[in-house]
Amino acid sequence: MDTHANPLNSDARPVLEGPDIARVLTRIAHEIVERAKGADDVVLLGIPTRGVFLAQRLAVKLEQVTGRKIPVGSLDITMYRDDLRMHPPRALARTEIPGEGVDGRLVVLVDDVLFSGRTIRAALDALNDIGRPRAVQLAVLVDRGHRELPIRADYVGKNLPTSLRETVKVQLAEEDGRDTVLLGAKSADQ
Amino acid sequence: MQRHLISAADLTRDDAVLILDTAEEMARVADRPIKKLPTLRGRTVCNLFFEDSTRTRISFEAAEKRLSADVINFAAKGSSVSKGESLKDTVQTLEAMGVDAVVIRHSASGAPYRLANSGWIDAPVINAGDGTHQHPTQALLDAFTMRRRLIGADAGLGRDLDGKRVTLVGDVLHSRVARSNVDLLHTLGAEVTLVAPPTLLPVGVETWPCEVSYDLDSTLPKSDAVMMLRVQRERMNAAFFPTEREYSRRYGLDGDRMARLPEHAIVMHPGPMVRGMEITAEVADSDRCTVVEQVANGVSIRMAVLYLLLGGNEPAGAQPATSHLRTEEK
Repeated sequence: MDTHANPLNSDARPVLEGPDIARVLTRIAHEIVERAKGADDVVLLGIPTRGVFLAQRLAVKLEQVTGRKIPVGSLDITMYRDDLRMHPPRALARTEIPGEGVDGRLVVLVDDVLFSGRTIRAALDALNDIGRPRAVQLAVLVDRGHRELPIRADYVGKNLPTSLRETVKVQLAEEDGRDTVLLGAKSADQ
Repeated sequence: MQRHLISAADLTRDDAVLILDTAEEMARVADRPIKKLPTLRGRTVCNLFFEDSTRTRISFEAAEKRLSADVINFAAKGSSVSKGESLKDTVQTLEAMGVDAVVIRHSASGAPYRLANSGWIDAPVINAGDGTHQHPTQALLDAFTMRRRLIGADAGLGRDLDGKRVTLVGDVLHSRVARSNVDLLHTLGAEVTLVAPPTLLPVGVETWPCEVSYDLDSTLPKSDAVMMLRVQRERMNAAFFPTEREYSRRYGLDGDRMARLPEHAIVMHPGPMVRGMEITAEVADSDRCTVVEQVANGVSIRMAVLYLLLGGNEPAGAQPATSHLRTEEK
């Protein structure tokens, strides 16, 4: 989930900092290996923009744990959104499926913030047009609640109870120059 | 972007680069087992063709269907147009049926502009070629082909054609492809040279943003891309050159001339080709010739245009691909 469309008020406070993010990703990597019994057939697909960076970091952690290279790619869901008609068309991001494909494999979708679940619904539709995985799981850095669809994450970095008057902003070094998760009040124009 | 796509001159650099970048992603859909996206589900697009077409009509239809639009194909031949029905009545019939966009090709220059500004129909209008005026999606697919071949599919993302030297050769006078390409290539920063016999250059060409030459042989070594244009007999009402053989000798591209091009240069043609006239079979079938690639790229470009004009509640604003927005928090 990309959050720079959500300007925060200046009173935003960090709820996760760089070392915390590294730690939760390490934990998620171990959980994936444990649940997938070795992660032999795991493919990581990050949802642009920040989900892709998180997936790449997870792939590095998984390689450290398993000693094997884990295929990592990206899955753009723009064309599958259910609110396309509510906004001007958005620029597309890259969909990059690893050479191994997804057929018969365990696909772990990776995103930064899980909120309404609509993004993940779109991702499942997009994945359906690309192939038939053995199973699909979801890893998110932050679950902020307020689900609008029956969707849940298999791996959660941090459960963050929020109000709808608040906004969550994830910043990652690759895109924003630093690692942090900020929680703040929505600005007045939102 | 504007609501309609009537002329390549209407596109800003940012608009054009956004379309090219979007087409780059659309091209990847062709490599998938399911070559379809749900983006235009529930939208109806009418292809309104008052003039013969193979590539453009099929290309638009393929693009519309890949985006899951409902497609109505209208060809003037065999329709009530032959009974005397006017463009206005035809279009108002479509309006009554509830079409969401009209793709129009017409032999009369200005027909798409008239349609877009007449108030007869409240839908975006995409020009698929009007007379000798404009063919914007052809110019876009040509620019897309050049960017891919001369810069690279990934390396080209977000980039224009700054400094690339493009030569357009042949019947510029009757060519909407040439007009659209000069407009778009200039917008994208390319240096364009027109090469044609004086009789096949339009009045006022000196005001176009390009160079003009009558000598193909001296221009070829300085070209990154050379685009051969078909001599359009169907639009000719006079003798513009003495004989076909003389035209071919001076302005046709054969193997010897192709050898004068720089190593990396490509040969383009919007189609349909007349082999032996403006291009020899040897050149048309060589690895440097991008004709078939242009057709494939045409589907991606038209998917991009349809998505950016119809995919949302209004046309896309030109935004750099890097500022990709995806948020659940709106």
